[in-house]
Amino acid sequence: MASKVLYSLRDPVSKKRDDFEDILEERRNSSDLRYALKCYTPAVYRNLVPCTASMLKNLVLESDALRYVINQVSVESGESPETVQEEASQVLEEMAHRLQLSTIRFFALTLSKAFKALYRSVRVNEEGVQRLQQAIQEHPVVLLPSHRSYMDFLMMSYLLFTYDLALPVIAAGMDFMSMKFVGEMLRMSGAFFIRRSFGGDKLYWAVFSEYVKTMLRNGYAPVEFFLEGTRSRTAKSLTPKTGLLNIVMEPFFKGEVFDVNLVPVSISYERILEESLYARELLGVPKPKESTSGLLKARRILSEDFGTMHVYFGAPVSVRSLAQGHISRSQYNLVPRHVPQRPVADTQAFVNDVAFRLVRLQEENMVLKPWALISTLLLQNPDGVELSALTQQADWLRHLALSFGAFLDWPDGEPCSKVISSSLTIHRNLARVSEGRVRLVVPEASGAELSAEEAEFHRAVSVLSCASYRNQSLHVFVRPALLAVAMQTANSNRRDELYKSFNILRNIFSNEFILCPGASVQDFEEACYLLVKCGAVQELKQEVVMSSSGQTTLSFLCSLLEPFLHGYQVVCRCLCEDPQEDLPEKNFVPAVRNFALQLILAGSLRYYEALSSDLQKNALAALIRLNAVKQLKTGDRVLLKIDKMAVNSLEDALGGNIPTQKPVLARL
Amino acid sequence: MASNTDVSERQRSARQRLRIIAGHLQKSEGNEHTALSAQECKAETPRSNAAKVTAVPKRRQEIMKWNGWGYSDSRFLFNKKGQAEFTGKRYRLSGLILPSLKDWFEGTFGANLQHKSPATASLNVSAVPPPTLNELFVEELKAAGVALSTGPEDRVFRSHGHCLHEVFALREGRIGRIPDLVVWPNCHDDVVKIVELACKHNVCLIPYGGGTSVSSALECPPEETRSIVSLDTSQMNRILWIDEKNLTAHVEAGIIGQDLERQLNESGYCTGHEPDSMEFSSLGGWVATRASGMKKNIYGNIEDLVVHIKMVTPRGVIEKSCQGPRMSTGPDIHHFILGSEGTLGVVTEVTMKIRPVPEYQKYGSIVFPNFQQGVACLREVAKQRCAPASIRLMDNEQFQFGHALKPQVSSIFTSFLDGLKKFYITKFKGFDPHHLCVATLLFEGDREKVLQHEKQVYDIAAKFGGLAAGEDNGQRGYMLTFVIAYLRDLGMDYYVIGESFETSVPWDRVLDLCRNVKERIVRECKERGVQFPPLSTCRVTQTYDVGACVYFYFAFNYRGLSDPIHVYEQVEHTAREEILANGGSLSHHHGVGKLRKEWMRETVSSVGLGMLKSIKDYVDPNNIFGNRNLL
Repeated sequence: MASKVLYSLRDPVSKKRDDFEDILEERRNSSDLRYALKCYTPAVYRNLVPCTASMLKNLVLESDALRYVINQVSVESGESPETVQEEASQVLEEMAHRLQLSTIRFFALTLSKAFKALYRSVRVNEEGVQRLQQAIQEHPVVLLPSHRSYMDFLMMSYLLFTYDLALPVIAAGMDFMSMKFVGEMLRMSGAFFIRRSFGGDKLYWAVFSEYVKTMLRNGYAPVEFFLEGTRSRTAKSLTPKTGLLNIVMEPFFKGEVFDVNLVPVSISYERILEESLYARELLGVPKPKESTSGLLKARRILSEDFGTMHVYFGAPVSVRSLAQGHISRSQYNLVPRHVPQRPVADTQAFVNDVAFRLVRLQEENMVLKPWALISTLLLQNPDGVELSALTQQADWLRHLALSFGAFLDWPDGEPCSKVISSSLTIHRNLARVSEGRVRLVVPEASGAELSAEEAEFHRAVSVLSCASYRNQSLHVFVRPALLAVAMQTANSNRRDELYKSFNILRNIFSNEFILCPGASVQDFEEACYLLVKCGAVQELKQEVVMSSSGQTTLSFLCSLLEPFLHGYQVVCRCLCEDPQEDLPEKNFVPAVRNFALQLILAGSLRYYEALSSDLQKNALAALIRLNAVKQLKTGDRVLLKIDKMAVNSLEDALGGNIPTQKPVLARL
Repeated sequence: MASNTDVSERQRSARQRLRIIAGHLQKSEGNEHTALSAQECKAETPRSNAAKVTAVPKRRQEIMKWNGWGYSDSRFLFNKKGQAEFTGKRYRLSGLILPSLKDWFEGTFGANLQHKSPATASLNVSAVPPPTLNELFVEELKAAGVALSTGPEDRVFRSHGHCLHEVFALREGRIGRIPDLVVWPNCHDDVVKIVELACKHNVCLIPYGGGTSVSSALECPPEETRSIVSLDTSQMNRILWIDEKNLTAHVEAGIIGQDLERQLNESGYCTGHEPDSMEFSSLGGWVATRASGMKKNIYGNIEDLVVHIKMVTPRGVIEKSCQGPRMSTGPDIHHFILGSEGTLGVVTEVTMKIRPVPEYQKYGSIVFPNFQQGVACLREVAKQRCAPASIRLMDNEQFQFGHALKPQVSSIFTSFLDGLKKFYITKFKGFDPHHLCVATLLFEGDREKVLQHEKQVYDIAAKFGGLAAGEDNGQRGYMLTFVIAYLRDLGMDYYVIGESFETSVPWDRVLDLCRNVKERIVRECKERGVQFPPLSTCRVTQTYDVGACVYFYFAFNYRGLSDPIHVYEQVEHTAREEILANGGSLSHHHGVGKLRKEWMRETVSSVGLGMLKSIKDYVDPNNIFGNRNLL
């Protein structure tokens, strides 16, 4: 239903994209202080109800919606309404932002310094900024940036201040709150804090959703949050969360505003600050608790080069036009609008579709640096590759990526070798040229001899760090790659057979990559279109066959997915070989990690991605979704009940046993 | 009947009452221009009141426009100096110059007095299709002595209501399917005879009252192959009796509003039912569409006013056996009739509640800093159940519209006073002239109570930042509703088309609905290539315990559009969808007709629609009343 309109097939290459301007250039040539103290008079929403941060709290506490829930909770819990009201007030106190221009000015000053130290340039599409400025005046705006780094929301507020746009209020995770001083600073620059999980807490939900909706309805400020819910540690977009999206769309569904503009923002980094931190985290070193002292220690990174950063403000998407024909707003006519209603299935499906659509829009406008392609090639050649061969392959891959519609920032007119060497300069901690071969850097352990496990662990850190750059480009290749794998596994070239295999793979990997629900036909069509376009396959009447020159492309695409195919197989096999029927969920990741590590040590697995908790969790989510594993909740413990037959057959679907060497691997 | 002294007392108060009506409606009483309906009814109906002068004659073409609203002698025009004036002698505005209308008109619509789009001057009789007659039916009708006509003018006049597309087509001289025959029953028994014959000969009957429909209800279904007969009730226009003990009047359903009020006033009574169309609309029409009057807060809507209804259907006559004020006798059969829109039969006689003519009447107005405050005030007034006879809240655009209709001021003093008022409100009180809005009020009752009531309402208003703004503004507000249809004709002379539509909505959604619908209109116009932003304005016209009635005006300049009516209809369609999506009703009082039929299932549910259909199937199995409204 909804998907038909939302994901109509189009040629991703034909997309017109805006040009970028470097905002740091001006900062390098004029006074930061004067800039931070500049006259700031943003254009605001035309129906703005002027209101201060504290008035806002009162509006929320006195709202019909909150009062209704307070009474409800009071009746259910037996506490007096005053007590519950007090509780609500505390929740709001803990949550609410205290946006102050002076704090913003402080950040404007310090961040100017920091950005200049960290980045060569920060490039912004100014047309997008102008569209945003229009949108802010017309209707309430929701900013939806991608989330790869802590930098994201600092950068967003910084940019809006720079362009004289209304400063956003930002939904942030509660974990920042523990950073004493910084938490408060963020609060004063517009962050409001939400707990990571509050599933059953009606009162919390009511305060939170009313707070967000009040700001939106009154046009108080653009509301900013991350669809992905958290920073992606892998640089792949995460499956979007729909809770907040649902909240910001509700005022439109209920007729409280004429429309809501959703603005996807793609923030891409040439080099991510948290690079190796993420890799360690994925390998099971717990995330360091956010602390002020930790932040100060991180100061040394100021001396490093993080290359260029791109921020692309996408075209505003009108909720009204999206909902046209999909949502019947009159369904809200029969219940007072302040009474909370669980969204009906149609609405949920719609919001979910929109969420995926928006993440894809973010992906499409992510700027890829050459390194994203170079790292892909390096990972496919774990023993290193001749510099000259790498140059040749990179040039080939560049053209493939462009024909698939990648938003590639490749320096014009520079010889490929130069591009590679400058990429290697920035990423010298990850890859190096030695004896004419380019290979990954494995940090030398200082001091004592390493155990075999530790050595593999070190290697895994650098592979996963490098993989996060490869992952930046996956969204460009994933659909054709799924088709390439399907062509390899299906027994026939018939379109319908291929579609079947494609669909099975797509289904398994829909927690791993952003594949819009219900859009499998469109994805298949797009994959066919792109492969035909690059000359890798030919479409005959009922068949899709590899063309004579298609081998290179298809094997490249297959090997792109190999780590994931094998990683999922490892997870499946680990579950099948587990002697017990039930596995406590908290043991799942360590069990799989250990299992994979043994395979690596034994030399029968070469993909370190299998060690990544991200892949493991995605695989588990897929298994649960496909009913091969069931979650049983008993008290606090969650048990995984494994249907070994089903898991086994999924493993088969992924290509049977882990092959030691497949012909495609000897590629390029 | 009453004694002589009573009579003179009554005449005195009747005269006063007439002045009051004239206040917001007519310039002077007693326009002796009309033909007498002389023909006696052949049935033995008792007549306590002899048939009075009616404002609209049997041959409507004698005084009414054939392709526009109202009386031929009354119309707006821009004179040679480019000033707007209103012709004729009937209305308060008649003969006056409206100096600011031109600027408002040009500024609002981007219209230009050089760009004219004049209407076809007169009806081209030869373009009227010849009637398809059912000869046997006609013969038997003649034998029964029923007045009838196949004259092209008579038929064209009864082929339409006042929807934009209907009037626009007439102005262009386009005539579609029209009735083949017009019949004028004189009384209930005539109607019984006509309906019997129609059933016998299978002809299609379309009842016609005042012709003020705005729901395409009078349009002849183009697919109808039978002979279509327009049953004009205008000659059934007598008050048959007045019962002063129970305060009821028994009236033939063809009487039009202004005649009914005038005649009752002469006896010292009124119904208090004053829909904006009351100059021309008929009692039967009110019943058939569930009409609502401006002063419903005191007198109630039509469903509250009727005590007894007689309707002739193909199955026979339907009526109740007594006039008890309330009954628990199953579903109220009146509610099968009210709102049936001519699909079940012809309402012939109605017993209505009447009230003594109020002693005192006073207009008033309140300025609010913005529309939100105004709505909040109206809500509070409704909550305290102290609404005056009428209370309406115009938005800023409509306030400016009303302002443009201010006649030339007679003295420097008045203009000085106006300036002072404006200064006080905008400068001293800080109201933004682009946000402020005005509520117009009408109080009625005995003098003391009116003054007390007035104070109560103004006190509430003050809590919402409202300032009393004088009687004059109030009165002008009501005048706007009576002349708006004339103004539309003026607009159509200069490439501007427009219409009004209405809805009812719960209080908590009033603001959201108004904002969203107005914005939807603006946006849809833009998307459809309308060159200049449209006039998109609303007012809250009625208050109820649980909600309000909202009225929209929508008009735009159609220069550069190849099919303006289609654009108009598309925009109105999306506006209606917006209304429904925002919790508004399909209609508060205009009815469904054929214009809004498509939303009936959604509105009343499939079962509800099935119920209505089954009634139609029982009452009129052969679809004699074949106007195809509603279902």
